[in-house]
Amino acid sequence: MENLWPRIEPLLAQVEKPARYIGGELGAQEPCHGPGRVSWLLVYPDSYEIGLPNQGLQILYEILNERPDAAAERTYAPWVDMEAAMRAAGVPLFSLETHRPAAAFDVIAFNLAAELTYTNVLNLLDLAGLPVRSAARDSSHPLVLAGGHCAFNPEPLADFVDAFVLGDGEEVVGELTEVLGGGDWTGPEGRHALRLALAQVPGVYVPALYQPELDPAGRPVSLRPRFPQAPERVEKRTVADLAAWPYPKRQLVPLIEVVHDRLNVEVFRGCTRGCRFCQAGMITRPVRERPAAQVARMVREGLARTGYDEVALTSLSTADFSGIEETVRAVMDAPGRLGPVAVSLPSLRVDAFTVGLAAQIQRTRRTGLTFAPEGGTWRMRRVINKLIREEDLYAAVEAAFAQGWRRVKLYFLIGLPTETDEDVLGIAELTKRCVAIGRAHHRSVTVTASVGGFVPKPHTPFQWARQDTPEELRRKVGLLKDALRGVRGASLRWHDPAASAVEGLLSRGDRRVGAVIERVWRAGGTFQEWSERFELARWEDALAEEGLSLDELVHRERAEDEPLPWDHISAGLHRDFLWQDWQDALAEQGVEDCRWTPCYDCGACTGFGLEHVVASTTPPAGGSQGTGQDLASGGRVPVRFLPVGAGR
Amino acid sequence: MTDQGGDGRLVLRLRYTKLGKLRWLSHRDLARVLERALRRARLPVAYSAGFSPHPLLSFGLALPTGCESTAEYLDVRLEPTPGLLEAGPALPDLVRRELGPALPQGVAVLAAAVLEGSSRSLQQIVTACEWQLLAPGADPAALRRRAAELLDAESVPVARQRRGALVEEDLRPGLLALRVEDPQADPEPSGPQVVAELATGVPGARPDGLARALGIPGALVRRTHQWTNVEGSRREPLDAGPPALVPEGAAR
Repeated sequence: MENLWPRIEPLLAQVEKPARYIGGELGAQEPCHGPGRVSWLLVYPDSYEIGLPNQGLQILYEILNERPDAAAERTYAPWVDMEAAMRAAGVPLFSLETHRPAAAFDVIAFNLAAELTYTNVLNLLDLAGLPVRSAARDSSHPLVLAGGHCAFNPEPLADFVDAFVLGDGEEVVGELTEVLGGGDWTGPEGRHALRLALAQVPGVYVPALYQPELDPAGRPVSLRPRFPQAPERVEKRTVADLAAWPYPKRQLVPLIEVVHDRLNVEVFRGCTRGCRFCQAGMITRPVRERPAAQVARMVREGLARTGYDEVALTSLSTADFSGIEETVRAVMDAPGRLGPVAVSLPSLRVDAFTVGLAAQIQRTRRTGLTFAPEGGTWRMRRVINKLIREEDLYAAVEAAFAQGWRRVKLYFLIGLPTETDEDVLGIAELTKRCVAIGRAHHRSVTVTASVGGFVPKPHTPFQWARQDTPEELRRKVGLLKDALRGVRGASLRWHDPAASAVEGLLSRGDRRVGAVIERVWRAGGTFQEWSERFELARWEDALAEEGLSLDELVHRERAEDEPLPWDHISAGLHRDFLWQDWQDALAEQGVEDCRWTPCYDCGACTGFGLEHVVASTTPPAGGSQGTGQDLASGGRVPVRFLPVGAGR
Repeated sequence: MTDQGGDGRLVLRLRYTKLGKLRWLSHRDLARVLERALRRARLPVAYSAGFSPHPLLSFGLALPTGCESTAEYLDVRLEPTPGLLEAGPALPDLVRRELGPALPQGVAVLAAAVLEGSSRSLQQIVTACEWQLLAPGADPAALRRRAAELLDAESVPVARQRRGALVEEDLRPGLLALRVEDPQADPEPSGPQVVAELATGVPGARPDGLARALGIPGALVRRTHQWTNVEGSRREPLDAGPPALVPEGAAR
């Protein structure tokens, strides 16, 4: 098979960070291609630095390469300078391990973790030399697959991707390999026969097998299977026992610096905190914990093998892991440890217990701690079901400053359903109070309020909500800027509201949005998640040319009986449950975490014959966020300020 | 062994290669790779005290990204653990043996020695480097003529990109020696080889500028020696010894 390296290397002197394109990472496999092996090219459609750490891609990379009937390689989106050099030299998209052309693989599989990467998907197919539209490809082309969280609304990419895979990929990649390797899919009818065969694998959605039905205005109202092999509703895949999948076993250690450049060990999957804005928490249910002993072993072996001096215990809310204290102790006191090891806990819960945990692991380098109250008032937090009482937040911040941290970052969303200006200004109030708490401990502290625009996501209770326009979001940011102007120790950061509008378009769009994506890509709109490359006007022009608008697709509330573009996709959640939770949100009603309280019958467990796998029958210490607390209280609480200089 | 660091620690100097695809790795990224390799090899690297402890490593002159080398240097400060002290004179070999398997393909330790007496940092002591420029397909006679012209010239202006701006520098003051060797037939046919010695600390004396001045901008550049000047005699920080400079597994 052709090795493109001799044609790639001369391009490297002209580009930034050439080591993005050489492969050779610790943990990189030497894939064994050959007859009887289905070859997979796993692609993360963003830059190497963003894509390499993706754990989902690394897990599938290992599982496939362990199989005797598969071989898997990786690639990422070449940065714009490299893409220009490749196109000028006629070098197609290539794999990092053996530098073979992407078009020589049996399967090109994309990990879709962020909607703004969609134009890159088209660009990479084109750079591989493939027609971007599925209908223009045949059995002479690789099969194009996509998975990841964004696949839960596949419609915007339905015209470009041959099949989507929903949910956990550990088991289904093997089943797909068996289908691909188990038949003769060549010839003029081969691709169609393959599509029919793939549609029978649970968790696989093949868009070409469905017929969109349109209303008189041309809007898709439903998708009907055109063939009996295609299920009316595609259910996601769920791995029941995380302990059976201790991957990645050989996490990739890149040669260049990347994001999340550390050992990552997943401690559980799924979350039942029930934050209504959080798609990840909804679509990955039920909770499945990894046994604490396995976590400790993966950390110990991982640190020794990689040489990393930092490990992240990952999940959607790691302080909720029932084995957290045991695990942290095991890591911190591991015998034979060489040099300092830092443990990071992404997604910290907001309470004093969590800060105590953080103090235990961050014996040195206490620079910054991050909390995510998400809403500025108790009313707002009841709407979104992020049930953090103000006393929890203040106790957490008090504990953080008392134990030596100087910087606290608070994450908030603006543009949430039912939000008033009072709710927005509550963000400034909380920030100011946290500064006051900090200044009782140190002369110079920083509290940063980081504000993102809320984007309603499919398969969440907020899937029916109207998204704020960029103008509204900018006005709300302006309110916060005014309220925090001149407040020493407080700082404000915000995301580009225009990018949030496009993220909303791609999140909840229907099949018509595919043509918009194609137009933006053809106009040069790649790497749209990079603010310096994003231009709202390009998207507005493309929408106008397709007769669509952000007002219709993004800034509009959906009715109860309105068909949703992802109705044929199931994350296990009952639509009734989501609708009821939406109504509860509008009524400012919070609901408790169902791991330790009665079941709400959301559908995630019952639909799969699974239950939450948690090692502990009692809620974690700390008690905040909806476990065993009085939901009637939580608003204004008296804060006692210590005199400056106390506690030194 | 004596207390070279003044703190009971041992200072070990390593000479290593950077060959093959790894030449595209920046100096800073290679430093991080080596830091992790030392941890993987379980060598007791000493850490700084203070708020954010970091391993006590001292790298030599930065190698431009895209260049190969058989003469890179690293000083590692080690805690005097019982295991290391027992090794005595065998310590350098022990470190080479432990570190070898932890290194990426293209990096190999060629020599190691415990530093004797007080020593200044690598960046301070090196005064000149020897470079090899390989230009497959170039005409040896034309290259010789061009080399002679450069040596005869009073000044050799070379342009280079610096922070987005094009600046002009003079190569000639830093060009200490230059010769062209005939193509070799063994182990595989190659083009002519330019061997040049460039002074350190002279802004225009860079191998990429020399390659352009010679009309071979695409040449493969390899650093082969770093020279120090100790009491009038020219020495390398560490001698790589007689074995072949290009170790196994370093092939492109």
